[in-house]
Amino acid sequence: MSVIYILWLREVKRYFRSRAQIVASLGQPVLYLIAFGFGMGPIFQKAGYGSYRQFMAPGIIGMSVLFMSIFSGISLLFDRQFGFLKETLVAPVPRLQIMLGRTLGSATSAMVQGSLVFAVCLIAGFRPVNFATVPIAFCFMAMIAIMFTALGTAIGSLLTDMQGFQLIMNFLVMPIFFLSGALYPLKNLPRAFAFVTGLDPLSYGVDGLRTVLTGSSAFGLTTDAVVIGCITVLFISVGTYFFSKIQL
Amino acid sequence: MIRVQNLVKRFGDFEAVKDISFQVERGEIFAFLGPNGAGKTTTIKMLTTLLKPTSGSVEIDGLNPASAQNEVRKRFGIVFQDPSLDTELTAYENMEIHAVLYHVPRALRIERTERLMKLFELWDRRNDPAKTFSGGMKRRLEIARSMLHTPRIIFLDEPTLGLDPQSRNQLWTHVKHLNETERVTVFLTTHYMEEAERVAQRIAIIDHGGIIALGSSAELKQQTGTETLEEAFLKLTGSAIRDESASSADALRQMAKMWSPKR
Ligand SMILES: Nc1ncnc2c1ncn2[C@@H]1O[C@H](COP(=O)(O)OP(=O)(O)OP(=O)(O)O)[C@@H](O)[C@H]1O
Ligand SMILES: [Mg+2]
Repeated sequence: MSVIYILWLREVKRYFRSRAQIVASLGQPVLYLIAFGFGMGPIFQKAGYGSYRQFMAPGIIGMSVLFMSIFSGISLLFDRQFGFLKETLVAPVPRLQIMLGRTLGSATSAMVQGSLVFAVCLIAGFRPVNFATVPIAFCFMAMIAIMFTALGTAIGSLLTDMQGFQLIMNFLVMPIFFLSGALYPLKNLPRAFAFVTGLDPLSYGVDGLRTVLTGSSAFGLTTDAVVIGCITVLFISVGTYFFSKIQL
Repeated sequence: MIRVQNLVKRFGDFEAVKDISFQVERGEIFAFLGPNGAGKTTTIKMLTTLLKPTSGSVEIDGLNPASAQNEVRKRFGIVFQDPSLDTELTAYENMEIHAVLYHVPRALRIERTERLMKLFELWDRRNDPAKTFSGGMKRRLEIARSMLHTPRIIFLDEPTLGLDPQSRNQLWTHVKHLNETERVTVFLTTHYMEEAERVAQRIAIIDHGGIIALGSSAELKQQTGTETLEEAFLKLTGSAIRDESASSADALRQMAKMWSPKR
């Protein structure tokens, strides 16, 4: 058995064993779907953009993958606090393998979470334009998951306490979500604001999902995939670097 | 096997380890005794690649832990002073991860896991999550795990913390057995003088980051003109209680527990 596989398996087992947490983390997307779906729906429709529920569903899927991935990545902090991190750090394995195992495992959990939210969206009345392209949507989910788990791991390597965790949630994760176009179209925005949304990696993830699932696109599928791919490589490199620098 | 020269570790202005030098021969059992906050754990962290020394040199089996990290890591097993299990996983899964991380071949892994878990009386509970274990059982699991990959050096940082007399006896008997049959080098710390006296061939007394005496138990007693190792220890380190408030890591662990009912 390889090192990457066993660390992947550990993350996945931990995810599936925390049923209460799985259910709890479905609450937020459901709330968004109901509150925004019904609350904003009429205005959105009047503005001529069509069904808001159709529009926002990919955004909500992107959101849940984002939250879950960053959180799993940062759970490195818990490993540090509860001591298991020491066990992996003294093991005779390249830090890149530890980083990859963790990241892929957390990303897998985040994808399962995203799929559950996808199912919730379907129940809530969301309909993909073309079921044949749904597998591509899963590829995008996977890419978003890996990208943000790597970011979370990088951050988790730097943090040593829980205060930092709150800070990251409020000043990094929430902005990434709100600036991503998960809740509004990225077209016809003020220039400066459009520039900022263009810097947000999640914009490309949500756009990719939305393109595949609903047919409306802001950047184009190729751009989305290339941008996410590059940022993922960057985050994994940065994450591995910071991870290898951890001292206890 | 272990050679330390002029080793120093500073945390900011505070010097936790002050210019210590010592050697541990292959097949020796060597103990570090010292009051709380003396620098024992900090030294072990530097020997085991977890912490970079501020200055000085360390050699483990002729290798430098700072540059040949993975080669050094292959050679030792360690029981940390602080908890280090994944308590969400079962005892068996904790053993399995360890074996894979240390590239123990499958057949050997299965056989050794069973043998060690039986030895430390964990086999019947192997499929229970470690979080359901008592403190002593968790400790025994950590001890069993540290020996799974047949390391040539074993670091034991207060391994008997929280163990009942039966388990303590079991541990030291096994450690002596490994030492005698496989010439495993052992580096241990403990606050129980009689344990050090029983197993260690040489003892270093460390206080305020510096080694203040080094020798066999008999030598230390002779040096200080005392009857027991405990008396020698107290004579060397004084009887003042070390003012070690709960470390920041402990405070954090408390916080994390409050914030996360899950883990
Ligand atoms: N990361 C750190 N940052 C700052 N100070 C530290 C850090 N780690 C240890 N220290 C300090 O270094 C000193 C030595 O600590 P160490 O943990 O090595 O003691 P010890 O001999 O293992 O004590 P004990 O018997 O209580 O385990 C202590 O004063 C401790 O507060
Ligand atoms: Mg200590």
